[in-house]
Amino acid sequence: MKSLDVGGKTNLSKSKIIETLDKLSSKTTIKNTIYLTSIIIFLVLILFPPILGIIIKWGLIQDVLDQSELMSEAVNAISASFAVAFFVSFIDVVAGVPMAWIITRGKSRWLNVLDTLSDIPFIVPTATLGYSLFLFWGDFGGLSTLFGATFISPGWLLVILLHFTFSYPVVVRVMVGALLDYKLEYEQASRTLGAAPLTAARTVTFPILKHSLIASFTLAFARSLSETGATMMVAGAFVNGPIFIRKYIGEEGALVLVSFILIVLSSSIFVAIRLLGPKLRTPIRKVWPKTERTLSNPLVEHSRNGVTLLTFFIIVLIPSLFVAFPAFEAILTDVLPEALNGLGVWGDYWKSISLSYSVGTIVTLLNVVIGLPMAIIIARRKIGNAPSAVLDTLVNIPIIVPSVALGASLKIFWTENFSFIPEIWLLIFAHLSITYPYFVRSMSAAIERISIELEEAGRTLGAKPLGVFRTIIFPLTKYSMFSGAIMVFTRSVSETGATLVVSSLKTAPVLLAEYWVSPYIQNPMNSPVTRAEIGLGCGFLILLSFVILLILRLVTRRKGGY
Amino acid sequence: MPDVRLVNVTKRFGNIIAVDRVNLHIYDKEYLSLLGPSGCGKTTLLRLIAGLVQPDEGEIYIGDRNVNDVPPEDRDIGFVFQTFALFPHMDAWDNVTYGPRVKGFDMKRAETVGHEVLELVKLHERLDAYPNELSGGMMQRIAVARALAAGAKLLLLDEPLGQLDAKVRNEIRYEIREMAKDLGLTAIHVTHDQAEAMAISDRIAVIKKGKTLQVGKPEELYMKPKSIFVAHFIGESNFLEGYVSRVSRKGVTIELSGGIKVQAVGKNIKREERVVLAIRPEIIVIEKGIERRKNSLFGVIERTTFEGTNIRYGVRLENQNLVVVVKPSLSEEWFNAGEKVNVSFSPRNTHVFAYPQTGLREELAVE
Repeated sequence: MKSLDVGGKTNLSKSKIIETLDKLSSKTTIKNTIYLTSIIIFLVLILFPPILGIIIKWGLIQDVLDQSELMSEAVNAISASFAVAFFVSFIDVVAGVPMAWIITRGKSRWLNVLDTLSDIPFIVPTATLGYSLFLFWGDFGGLSTLFGATFISPGWLLVILLHFTFSYPVVVRVMVGALLDYKLEYEQASRTLGAAPLTAARTVTFPILKHSLIASFTLAFARSLSETGATMMVAGAFVNGPIFIRKYIGEEGALVLVSFILIVLSSSIFVAIRLLGPKLRTPIRKVWPKTERTLSNPLVEHSRNGVTLLTFFIIVLIPSLFVAFPAFEAILTDVLPEALNGLGVWGDYWKSISLSYSVGTIVTLLNVVIGLPMAIIIARRKIGNAPSAVLDTLVNIPIIVPSVALGASLKIFWTENFSFIPEIWLLIFAHLSITYPYFVRSMSAAIERISIELEEAGRTLGAKPLGVFRTIIFPLTKYSMFSGAIMVFTRSVSETGATLVVSSLKTAPVLLAEYWVSPYIQNPMNSPVTRAEIGLGCGFLILLSFVILLILRLVTRRKGGY
Repeated sequence: MPDVRLVNVTKRFGNIIAVDRVNLHIYDKEYLSLLGPSGCGKTTLLRLIAGLVQPDEGEIYIGDRNVNDVPPEDRDIGFVFQTFALFPHMDAWDNVTYGPRVKGFDMKRAETVGHEVLELVKLHERLDAYPNELSGGMMQRIAVARALAAGAKLLLLDEPLGQLDAKVRNEIRYEIREMAKDLGLTAIHVTHDQAEAMAISDRIAVIKKGKTLQVGKPEELYMKPKSIFVAHFIGESNFLEGYVSRVSRKGVTIELSGGIKVQAVGKNIKREERVVLAIRPEIIVIEKGIERRKNSLFGVIERTTFEGTNIRYGVRLENQNLVVVVKPSLSEEWFNAGEKVNVSFSPRNTHVFAYPQTGLREELAVE
C-alpha cells in the first residue's frame, strides 16, 4: 500500500516552550486547574465581595430603619431609579427598534454612516454626555438661546432625556445585530402567505426576535439604573438611588441599605426576565388585514422613518455632540495652548486622563486573563450543563447591578478586611467587577458560534487542546476578543459611579463630573473652570472615544472573524 | 387558474447577472421544473415570480396581470422554501392557518381550510407539534400544507426536497406532484437534481448562467438535447472531440483523435468543422474480442464499478480517450479490468455539436 510521505518535521517544528505548553494542556489535571482557578477568581474577586460587604454592615441597617425621614428619602430614591429605568427602556425600544430596522433594511449607501453615528452616545463617556445635554437643553446656550428662556432645567425630565440618550444606542446595537442574524426567509414566507409588511413584522419577525428585544430592554434598563456621573450633573433636586448613595457616602447604614435593595431588586428583575422571558407569548395574535395593510403603505413607512430619524438627530445625536461648540470656542482662544502645555487646571486633567487609561489597560488585561477560561467554560459547558448555565447567569449579574451600589459594597468589604490594599487596587477591582461580564459575554458568544466539529477536527488531526485554541479558536474569535477588550476598556474609562464611591482618586470622568461641571452648573461665576475649558476637556475625551470607535469598526468589519 | 409568463426578465446583483433576458411560459395547471447547477439563477427566477426580488428589466405576468409592482402578499402564490421556513414560535396548526388568518378569512373558514390541508398531507394528528418536534419529512409536508391553505393558485417550490433523506425524498416528490395535479395548481419546482426533475415534471427548463438553454418534456430533453450542456446535465454522456471528414445525406463521418473514423447523425454540420460527439453510456454495446465492426472502437477495460442495478465500465480506447459504458448488472455478460473489448454504437443514437467557443471543459462546467 502506498503511503503519503509527510516529510521531516523541521519546517513545521514549534518552539520548545509552545510544544511543552501544548503537551501540558492535554493533561486533565492542568486543564481542570485552569478552569477551577478562573471560577475561584470570579467568586473571590467579583461575586462574593459585594455580597459580603453588605453582610458585614448588616447590623447598621436597623439605625436607618428607625429614621423615618431618611427611610422615606431612600425609598423615594430607589423608586425614582426604577421608574426612570423602566420608562426610559420602554421608550428606547419604541424609538430604537425602528432605527435598527432602517439601518438593516434600508438601501441607502449612507446607512453605514447612520450606523456609526448611532453608536456615538454609546462610546462618548457619560460624564461628557451629561454636560453636553445640559448645554443643549439647559441653562447655558443651546435651545435656551433659541427660545430666550431656560428650556429644560436640571431635574427629572433632563435625567430622562439623558438616560434615553445614552441607553438608546444599546437597543439599536442589539437589535441591528439581531436583525442581521435573522433568517429573512421567515418574513418572506409570511409575505407569500398574504401578510402585509407590518403584519409580517408583528406576527413573525418580532416574536422570533423576542429574546433580543428582551435583552435590549434589559441592557438599557441596567445602563439607566447604573449611571451616576452624568445624572449628578443634570439631576438638580431630583434624587435617585445612585445620587442618594453619593449623598450619604459617610452614612454606612443608609449606604448599605440602599445598595442592598438596589442589588436585590435589580438581580431579581434580571433573573425574572431570564426565567419568564422565554415563556412570554406574543400578546396580540389577532390580525387586522385592512388596517395593517394601510399602515404598511409607503407613505406611512416614510413618515415612520422620518419621525425615527428626527428623534435620533434632535434628541440623541445633536445633544450628545453639542459640547463641541465650547470645545471649538476653546480652540480659537488661548485655552488650547494652555491645555496642551498642562498649565493651570490642565495639569490635573492630564493626570486624570493618564490614570483613567492606565486603570483601563490593567482592567482589560486582567479581563482577558481571567475571563477567557470562564468564557470557554460557559460556551463549551465544561463543568456540565446545569452548573455552566448557573455560572452564565451569575457572571451576568454585575451588568444589571447599579455600579454605585456595587462600588459601595465592594469598598466596605475590602477596607474592612484588607485595609492594607492600596486605593488604586480597590479601583481596579471595582472596574473589574463591572466590566467582567462584558468580556465574558462577548467571548462566550463568539466561541459558541464556532462549531464544536472544528475543534474535534483539530484534535483528530493531532492538535493538543492548547494547540486547538491557538490555531482554531483564537484565529476565529480574535476580532470578538478585541472588540470585547475595547468594550471593557471604554466602560472602565468612562466609569463614574463606583469610582466615586470606592476611592478618592480622580479619574477623568470623576474630575469632569465632580470637580469641573458640578461646581460650574451650581455657580458659573465661582467655578474653578470656564465653559470653554470644560468644553475642551470633554472634547479631548470625545476625540479619544472616536479613535477607539474607529478601531472597533475597522476590526469588527474584517472578514473571517466571529 | 393562472399561467405564468416571463418576458425578457433580467435581474442583476451588482456586476453579476443572475437572470439574463429569460422568456418562459408556464402553462395553466402545468408542473414545470427549473433545473440547473448551483448558482445558475433558478432560485432567483422563482423569487422573481414570487415578488421577493424585483426584476431590473422585463415583465412578469401571472394570468393576465403584470405583477412587476405587485407585492408578494397580493400574488396568490404559495412558496415552499428549501429550509421550509416554518415559523419556530408557532405550532403546526398556527403555521398552517397563518395564511387564512392574515388574509382575513373568518375563523370558521380558516379552521376548515386548516383541517382540510392537514388531512391532505396526513399530519392531522401532529397539529399541536412545534417545528423542532417534527421530522424533516413532516416539516416538508407542513410547509406544503401551509402554502396550500393560503389559497394558492400557483405553487412555487424552491428545492423543497433538498433537506430530506434519499428515501423520503423519493416518496414525497410524487406526493407533491399528485397534490398539485389533484388541486389543479400550476407548480414551478426548482431543483438541481435531474432525476427528480425527470420524475415529476410535465416540462423542464434547463438553466445555465441565468439563461434558459432548453425547455421541453423530460423525454425530449433526453432524446434531443440542443446543447452539449443539456446532453451532459440531463442523463449522462461521453464526449469525444473530432473533425468532420465527410458529410452525406445519411449523416456525417467524424475523425476522432488517432485517426479513428466513426459515423454519426448531425444537422447543420460542415465538412472539416471541429465538433463534439455525444454518446449516452447506456446505448453503447460492449463485447469481448478484437473483431472490427461498423462504428466500433477497440479498448481495454480500465475499471469496473458495481452499482447495484447497473455495472459501469471505464474503457480506455485505442486513441487514449476514456468512455463510460453502463450495462444492467443482471442481464449482461460481465467484464473484468484489463480485458480487451470492442465498443460500438448506432449513429442514430449519437448527437453531434459544434465545438464550443469557450472550450469543452468550460461548456461542461456545472459550478
